[in-house]
Amino acid sequence: MNDELYQQLTKKSISTKKDNFGKRLSLFALILIGLVVFAILFFVVSRGLSTFTLDQINPFNFVFGTQWNPGKTDEAGNQLVGALPMIVGSFAVTFLSALVATPFAIGTALFVTEVSPKWGNKIMQPVIELLVGIPSVVYGFIGLAVVVPAVRNATGGTGFGIFSGVVVLFVMILPTITSMTIDALRNVPGHMRESAYAIGATPWQTIYKVVLRAAIPGILTAIVFGLARAFGEALAVQMVVGNSPVMPDGLFSPAATLTSVLTQGIGNTTDGSLANDVLWSLAMILLLMSLLFNTIIRRIANRRALK
Amino acid sequence: MAKKTNLEIVDQLVAETDYDRYIIQLSKKHERAIETKDLTVTYDGLKYAMNPATIAFEKNKITSLIGGSGSGKSTFLRSLNRMNDDVATVGGQILYQGVDLNAPEIDVFEVRKRIGMVFQRPNPFAKSIYDNITFALTQRGKYSRVELDEIVETSLKNAALWDQVKDSLDKSALQLSGGQQQRLVIARALALKPDILLLDEPASALDPKSTMQIEETLVNLKNNYSIIIVTHNMQQAARISDYTAFFNMGKLIEYDLTRKIFTRPKVKLTDDYVSGNFG
Repeated sequence: MNDELYQQLTKKSISTKKDNFGKRLSLFALILIGLVVFAILFFVVSRGLSTFTLDQINPFNFVFGTQWNPGKTDEAGNQLVGALPMIVGSFAVTFLSALVATPFAIGTALFVTEVSPKWGNKIMQPVIELLVGIPSVVYGFIGLAVVVPAVRNATGGTGFGIFSGVVVLFVMILPTITSMTIDALRNVPGHMRESAYAIGATPWQTIYKVVLRAAIPGILTAIVFGLARAFGEALAVQMVVGNSPVMPDGLFSPAATLTSVLTQGIGNTTDGSLANDVLWSLAMILLLMSLLFNTIIRRIANRRALK
Repeated sequence: MAKKTNLEIVDQLVAETDYDRYIIQLSKKHERAIETKDLTVTYDGLKYAMNPATIAFEKNKITSLIGGSGSGKSTFLRSLNRMNDDVATVGGQILYQGVDLNAPEIDVFEVRKRIGMVFQRPNPFAKSIYDNITFALTQRGKYSRVELDEIVETSLKNAALWDQVKDSLDKSALQLSGGQQQRLVIARALALKPDILLLDEPASALDPKSTMQIEETLVNLKNNYSIIIVTHNMQQAARISDYTAFFNMGKLIEYDLTRKIFTRPKVKLTDDYVSGNFG
């Protein structure tokens, strides 16, 4: 055995030590983030559950009750803490806005990537990226100043309601879905398009049957991201939705969402009161929903990785 | 009884035959660059991707590793400088000047300085030509500008690239052609002054002219380096290598002087493969 060489090959060099230090540093960062996430989860869930443990509210009544007036009771003495109107409101604005935004987003993305990449890259993409960065209060303000009066004139009601919320959210999530769809389409390898053209497919057949099919997982991820953003949006929605926690009976009647009730109520309740606890429960529902959205995104991404 | 497919017959033959007698042993007078003793590789911990392989490579010679896709030749090559560490479990010994490189206490970064590797796709970093070559050196020690200049020049000359790039060392390496990039990558490996150069199909993504230049480069390099090269190109193996090892389905089948492998191989599998009757 060559001892000198063995020495050289086994002594830990400075670079090796630095390498180990780097590994520990990134592990530390990971643990820190993990702790923060765990702490938030623990905090929200423990406070959110106190509605059901300390205040003895039946979870079933909480989720499916339709009367929301914390602190008040009905004739039978039950607390009026039914969260269904807000849950319905949240889901209604979220899914309706995504439903409207998706076709526009895919159309725009196709234009940018397939139809006119030059023009799209130069003008459309910067515009879309700019839209992603606009603060939500600006969207809400425009909604308040433009959308609500327009809806009021058209329908004769107050103008506040689910429809106005959907319009504002549509504009908000459109750039998110669009820019992610653009990425998904760009990730479709160019040789797939060439192969399709080479067997005589028209551009439209290529886009519809080949490119879009290949990009489906990416587009689904984009839509779910849009959903998550719409579901979690508080300020802009609160400014136009009407903030009336009753079961919505139409697109144009005032309603409330989980987030709008939270932002409105959290400053007006005292810590430890029932009115405060139920808000935590709403926050818990929001958190669970975003976990669900995240799980869906991961599932889709994993399926894409398998291919 | 169902008729056996060709693949099954080959499989059975491989399993039954004692191939050790078809692996030539280097005599005392041949200096050894590196050798393996019962080197095995498993990816899942269960099945051998590389069955126990014992083989010694002669110093300052070119050895070709040939075999079909999935034969284990690349897996074997990557094990030699521990590139399989995070991917697979490598068993057995890799002896380099008497030291077992496969031992856990060995610093793999030091190993890779002595045993360089070049991959199939030319993979220069997104840096200038000059920085590509000096990158590993500057990470590892202090060199003066003059020393670096000299190393860059010698490395590029050894890789037969100097004349083409000496006026544009500050240009991005990504602007070079594929063949030039591959020779730059070879120069990058040479800059560390390794003993052994491992090449994994270095010319398979290149056109014939670039391939020829790479081959010339390798033949010139063997005066100072020991070279082990994986290739799919049988003519290439015949042209440049002194020894050839034939792998099949994760097993080292036959190892001999190149001219023997290509003219009168002892194993029928090898004969079929080098004459193109395989599969």
